[in-house]
Amino acid sequence: MKLSEVQKLLDCEVLTDNLHPEVEIKDVVASDGMSEILAFTKSGELMVTGLTNIQSIRTADVAGVCAVIYCRGKRPQQNVIDYANSKGIPVLATKMVMFDVCGILYKAGLKGVS
Amino acid sequence: MTAELLRESYPVQGRNFDKAGEVSGEIKVMLKGLGLDSQVIRRTVIVAFEAEMNVVMYARKGTITLVLTDTDIKLEIADEGPGIPDIELALQEGYSTATPEMREMGFGFGMGLPNMKKNSDEFSIESEVGRGTRVSSVIRHSQ
Repeated sequence: MKLSEVQKLLDCEVLTDNLHPEVEIKDVVASDGMSEILAFTKSGELMVTGLTNIQSIRTADVAGVCAVIYCRGKRPQQNVIDYANSKGIPVLATKMVMFDVCGILYKAGLKGVS
Repeated sequence: MTAELLRESYPVQGRNFDKAGEVSGEIKVMLKGLGLDSQVIRRTVIVAFEAEMNVVMYARKGTITLVLTDTDIKLEIADEGPGIPDIELALQEGYSTATPEMREMGFGFGMGLPNMKKNSDEFSIESEVGRGTRVSSVIRHSQ
């Protein structure tokens, strides 16, 4: 599934300058724990989190995820968006809660990582 | 005898959560520029990141030293801080001494040290309560 399709499914706003809409997504990691994300990702996953601090993007960079979606209507500060732009990591935001985000993505055929 | 190709040391300031993870980001950029295998870089940066976060969360200050040889990447993280009273306990997944403040930032799930060990080919921790901790990690690479 393409990132642009995920954006529509979750009714996301794009926060960074670039979306990379054609990026293909197969797996998802969803967590508010940065170490949990690092423990389970391999590379290229979609990261869903409710934590909007700068460490969420540093974790995303270390983990090599393809994009970050902030859920629960959370929005990061501008310095976090700037940092994501500098790393080329697309960041989106949805009002949906994490449970619903995961359910929708799972129903659409995406899988979690373990 | 393995030849040392590169040695870099990076200071880490304790309790500076704004900068936490910056050093690991620098290490990732540097290693990518050397053209190493992407999985080797990923493992190295995960070890560095988790170690850096531990220094920020618990220590007054620390240093991350990276040594690249023709066979390995060695990371040594030494800090001045409270030390770890029970290393075996600290290595258990899920065990955490994180404060509520740290958990709000997404840390303290008790997976930091296990993540470091899992991504290392060789891994050791030495610690002295009241003085600090030294973590050593070796990740083998092929040229």
